[in-house]
Amino acid sequence: MLSRLQQLWQFRGGLHLDEYKQSSTTAPIQTIPLPAKLILPLQQHLGHTAEAIVKKGDKVLKGQKIAEATGYVSVPLHAPTSGTIIDIGDYPVAHPSAMKSSCIVIEPDGQDQWAEKQTISDYKTLTPEQIREIVSEAGIVGMGGAGFPSFIKLNPGEEKKVKTLILNGAECEPYITCDDMLMREQAKNIIAGARIMLYSLQAERCLIGIEDNKPEAISAIQNAASAFSDITVVAVPTLYPTGGEKQLIKVLTGLEVPSQSLPGSIGIVCHNVATANAVYHAVILGEPSVSRIVTVAGDKVKTPRNLEVLIGTPFNDLINACDGLTDENTPLIMGGPMMGFRVHSSEAPVIKTCNCILAKEDQSHHEQHMPCIRCAKCAEACPVNLLPQQLYWYARAKDFDKAQDYKLFDCIECGCCDYVCPSHIPLVQYYRFAKTEIWVQEQDKQKSDIARERHEFRQLRLEREKRERAERHKQKQEALNKSGDKDKKQEAIQAALDRVKAKRESQQENKNQES
Amino acid sequence: MLTAILSLAGLAILFGLILGFAAVRFRVESDPVVDKIDALLPQTQCGQCTYPGCRPYAEAMAKGEADINQCPPGGEQTIVALADLLGVDPKPLNPEMGEVKEEKTVVIIDEDICIGCTLCIQACPVDAILGAAKQMHTVIEEECTGCNLCIPPCPVECIYIVPRKKSIQNWKWPKPEETQVENGAKG
Ligand code: SF4
Ligand code: SF4
Ligand code: SF4
Ligand code: SF4
Repeated sequence: MLSRLQQLWQFRGGLHLDEYKQSSTTAPIQTIPLPAKLILPLQQHLGHTAEAIVKKGDKVLKGQKIAEATGYVSVPLHAPTSGTIIDIGDYPVAHPSAMKSSCIVIEPDGQDQWAEKQTISDYKTLTPEQIREIVSEAGIVGMGGAGFPSFIKLNPGEEKKVKTLILNGAECEPYITCDDMLMREQAKNIIAGARIMLYSLQAERCLIGIEDNKPEAISAIQNAASAFSDITVVAVPTLYPTGGEKQLIKVLTGLEVPSQSLPGSIGIVCHNVATANAVYHAVILGEPSVSRIVTVAGDKVKTPRNLEVLIGTPFNDLINACDGLTDENTPLIMGGPMMGFRVHSSEAPVIKTCNCILAKEDQSHHEQHMPCIRCAKCAEACPVNLLPQQLYWYARAKDFDKAQDYKLFDCIECGCCDYVCPSHIPLVQYYRFAKTEIWVQEQDKQKSDIARERHEFRQLRLEREKRERAERHKQKQEALNKSGDKDKKQEAIQAALDRVKAKRESQQENKNQES
Repeated sequence: MLTAILSLAGLAILFGLILGFAAVRFRVESDPVVDKIDALLPQTQCGQCTYPGCRPYAEAMAKGEADINQCPPGGEQTIVALADLLGVDPKPLNPEMGEVKEEKTVVIIDEDICIGCTLCIQACPVDAILGAAKQMHTVIEEECTGCNLCIPPCPVECIYIVPRKKSIQNWKWPKPEETQVENGAKG
């Protein structure tokens, strides 16, 4: 369907940024040779960590499940190629903490041999529940952001009926082009995925939002969707962060998602275009989530490009496939320049949510930050209508209650405030600091609640034991007392006998006296 | 899927009933103020506040017999929260009770030395030590509050303090370093 007729809205704030998207889009997506090792962190996404179900020495096939979901917000993990499990242990991962984390390590056997796949020609032979089950079992998580398990967002819920499915192809952050390239090259599969998602959600329509700086992607998707009247492709103005879920919803529908709630509350569900592609692969081809497209970019990368790699491929292998770095010591960033974070080891592997590896000149201006001059530039730029300077103030003072009153958890960490701040205050780091402090405080609170329960339980137990001891003591005492009674009786008998004896004796005496 | 949901729902109802029953059956008439204060204490149960556990300290505070700055494991955070609740001004921790620990700790038992005397088990306020007479003992790290009460009774000194395990799950972003200029503007 045509996109020009669609009315568009605008969110408040946002920034026009230099795009740097040209260099990584000149060549098509490339695959790379099988790496020597695949390292698969058990924590691939937001939510509960998966649990390994293989052990060292096991042989696995491509697509075979190697770790099971734990809890609801969790999905399984699959072997990205055939080979041998050579270790399960702690390895460096892409995380700002620089800590190691539990990983399954696979040594590929070079065959890349699939386990048996369940293909399906017509998804409509399945029920929406069955589709969600397949998407969950295939380990699919949101491929654009924090990686929320996708099957949860394919459930229309009981009453809150989902009317609109939005596919997010905005890709607003500089340098990142993996969705752009995917849309150009795999538009058909994305649309096939969108149809499955529409069916699973029982939704009425699908809007696909793509920033107008990607004309090739727009026309490819438009061609693929032309046969379907319920799918509309919309070119949206290029403005950072249009790719934010709530921002894109606003632009496409004019609706605001209320603070602290999910789009589902207003009848909308939003998925990434790459997630739609993964859903197609899982449902129709029977292939779980074992690979993804990653942009390798930045002025320190010799040949920036997009690579299709297996999950678990070390960053080094991707860098090498791009002919290396011009300066070996450049720190790597996972994600884009605005929202990404520094990765401390180039041995860290690609996970399901890794859209970009960036190696660029460090332009951080935070070194010499100055006092806040209350210019309110940050508030003007904030796309969520927050008051960044207040958030900063309370985060810095560790007044986390106040920070939450000022909607700290609505902050999407887009970095707009940070970017415009004339005092160069590292605002986003203050917010991340405050958020993680609050999470850990909540964890501590849960821990101390458990400690209280255990302590009270122990005290009950000690009291019971004390009572039982007292009880036993009493019983013994009573037994003793009873035996004491006996003595008394005997005493009484004795006394009686004595009295009788005495009487007799006195009678005897009397008699003697009389006689 | 459906059976899973049903059985989970069934379990949830069952546990709900058990909890409900337990709440009625084992109800202790408790003072809501004490409850509120107790909820803010770290439940380490270490006794450093000079009371035999967090709840007794909470009771003493409710009666106005104890001050708000006596709990070292809670540190500044707890004092501020107590001050907030009781409508008084926060004050620094009373150094007589101890120092704030920089890092959360737990204890471990050297199982090669442990003689299985059970003295530590009797000291632990939260039953975090497993073991029976004449068998070596182990600390359940998840449950240990780091109160260190088990250390003095041990006759062979085989219980050591170690930092609580750090993981990605409880990692915190560091607070940005403040620059001199920024600090100068504070006053
Ligand atoms: S932009 Fe920076 S200096 Fe201006 S009000 Fe915001 S935090 Fe303060
Ligand atoms: S990082 Fe947060 S506070 Fe700053 S502009 Fe983005 S949403 Fe607003
Ligand atoms: S000092 Fe704090 S943690 Fe220790 S018993 Fe007293 S209130 Fe509880
Ligand atoms: S194991 Fe020792 S330190 Fe840990 S809670 Fe029990 S008594 Fe306290």
